[in-house]
Amino acid sequence: MDTNRVLKERQQLNLELYRRAYLIRTAEEKIRRHYDENEMKTPTHLSIGEEAIAAGICAALHAKDQLFGTYRGHGIYLARTQETQKFFLELFGKEGGIADGKTGSMHLSAIEDGLMGTSAVVGTTLPVAVGAAFANKVQQNGKVVAIFFGDGAIEEGVFWESLNVACLKQLPILFICEDNGLAIHTPKSQRQGFKSLCNIIRQFSCEVIHEKSTDPEIIYQLGRHALDHTLSTQQPTFLHLEYYRYYEHVGVYEDFKFNYRPKDEFLKWYAQDPVLLQRQKLLNLTILEAELASLERKIQQQVDESFENAQRSSFPTAEKLYEHIYA
Amino acid sequence: MRTLSYRQAINEAIQQEMERDPRVFIYGLDVPDHKRIFGSTVGLLEKFGSERCFGTPLSEDAMTGFGLGAALNGLRPIHVHIRVDFLLLALNQLFNMISCYRYMTGGKCAIPLVIRAVIGRGWGQSFQHSKSLQSIFAHIPGLKVIMPTSPQDAKGLMIAAIRDNNPVIVLEHRWLYDVEGDVEETPFETPIGTARILRTGKDLTVIATSWMNIEAQKAAQILEKHHVDLEIIDPRSISPLDMETLVTSVTKTGHCIIADYDWLNCGFSSEISARLMETCFHSLKSPVKRIGFAPTPCPGTRPLENLFYPNAITIIREVEKKLSLSKIDLSQETFYSYENKFKGPF
Repeated sequence: MDTNRVLKERQQLNLELYRRAYLIRTAEEKIRRHYDENEMKTPTHLSIGEEAIAAGICAALHAKDQLFGTYRGHGIYLARTQETQKFFLELFGKEGGIADGKTGSMHLSAIEDGLMGTSAVVGTTLPVAVGAAFANKVQQNGKVVAIFFGDGAIEEGVFWESLNVACLKQLPILFICEDNGLAIHTPKSQRQGFKSLCNIIRQFSCEVIHEKSTDPEIIYQLGRHALDHTLSTQQPTFLHLEYYRYYEHVGVYEDFKFNYRPKDEFLKWYAQDPVLLQRQKLLNLTILEAELASLERKIQQQVDESFENAQRSSFPTAEKLYEHIYA
Repeated sequence: MRTLSYRQAINEAIQQEMERDPRVFIYGLDVPDHKRIFGSTVGLLEKFGSERCFGTPLSEDAMTGFGLGAALNGLRPIHVHIRVDFLLLALNQLFNMISCYRYMTGGKCAIPLVIRAVIGRGWGQSFQHSKSLQSIFAHIPGLKVIMPTSPQDAKGLMIAAIRDNNPVIVLEHRWLYDVEGDVEETPFETPIGTARILRTGKDLTVIATSWMNIEAQKAAQILEKHHVDLEIIDPRSISPLDMETLVTSVTKTGHCIIADYDWLNCGFSSEISARLMETCFHSLKSPVKRIGFAPTPCPGTRPLENLFYPNAITIIREVEKKLSLSKIDLSQETFYSYENKFKGPF
């Protein structure tokens, strides 16, 4: 009886994680297939490869929690909101998009869902997230802020400024470093003059977690642990999560032919592909193939419909040019 | 009405707003220290506690983004910089984030953020402690920029800035802190984007910013004795700009000198001049004249510093040229000297 309940709960959780991971993969693959049609005129930084982080952390967060991210933000947007209408309208630059097409792929937000903003200048959302966490602490509303950033942000001064303030003021915030080892095309070995990021961060007044698993469930558990820690101690948690970026920095193609990273590396990570791994796990957890196929079909349909809706929709009218500059 | 100094007027505005609205807080380097930002933050720590009045790490960039984040989540921050030059460390947040955040979110966010920055000269400050930079900030859509001159305006505009749902940069000249004037006691707002006619006159319009209004008023007093009647207009708000008041005045007098407390090149003075050309070219009896800093870094040594900054005499000499007057003997006049106010080191 008890083991049955445990299995059921695990199935539920993993289905939930798969739904989010699969949505990201499906939406991104849709973009890949159509990008060359030149209708989505927006610099696109695909989240393929990092689905475990987006799905795992977003599933761990509570509905009232808040998120900030980067220009590689499709993953957290989709995992958090699970909506694709506004998403594709925005990529197409159409009216009804997140900002009526005025911000494009790199600045997604969903204020009503707590995704407070993403930004295309590395590190810029870090201090904003810290200020948001300060306000939450002052208002004692129990909200936790999750700030996502890449390994490149570590080299920005503002990262250390922000971490310092968050630890000094003991704010309820999760720092989530999505480490793909590359800043555009430059590996960490050519950028970082220190041995261990986590060892440095451990000198700050916060909890530090490192993980390189591509299993959404493991990331989810870490996210839960981080949330519990931060909520119970009112201390920041730093999660250093490694993943592999499958495609070029910006755009939709493989770029191994340029020899700045070996394809072998990709193949090693791809053997642990988060979406395939999660699918196999669900089968192992006795979820039926037919159930998975149905779930996938629904998501595929949702993405196709949103995509076609965006294709059909209108561009913003001229007066939108002057909208939303001042309150 | 009572007489208050500019520093007292700012202090009173902030105190009253912090009392009225618990969401307002003030922070920045040295805000709660014993000097209290030229006395403008006196009493705030004692009255409102360290959660609403606190100093920060030396992290201008992060602490500016911090203000944006706090504003997004419903607080109303006032961030203070004891020199505008330090705010340059935060231009990334100001120009890439704060100014366009509302735009980015499709109008779903308001950013009620006030950034106070002290500008101006004194006691060998040289080139990293004396800039103004109003044109730099005003260049960016999404920001508001104000430069109050009188204590009354300092209070009214500060309250308006705190209540505004947009990011507002307040530039305060350090010499103005000692200026005294009548200030209403009850809280009031001076609308951002409205100019003030400081002196009504018929012969020539002087449009002056910040401290240059003090110099322009001195110039007007002297010129009055020589039967020249200056009209002085303080835009008070650099962005948005009340062009209507400026145009009305220049249309009336036909002559215009712009005395901006800044460099001329690509400056606020250039902007006003260009707009006057666009709107009332045919009313001008002479070309618009601009007065501002020498096109150099600000020197520390006094004799060169005196050459760097324009003053009342600069204005008088330009008025003489414009109105074809003979050179006025100024040997018996006394002009402002900061010797009596500022004896350093700060």
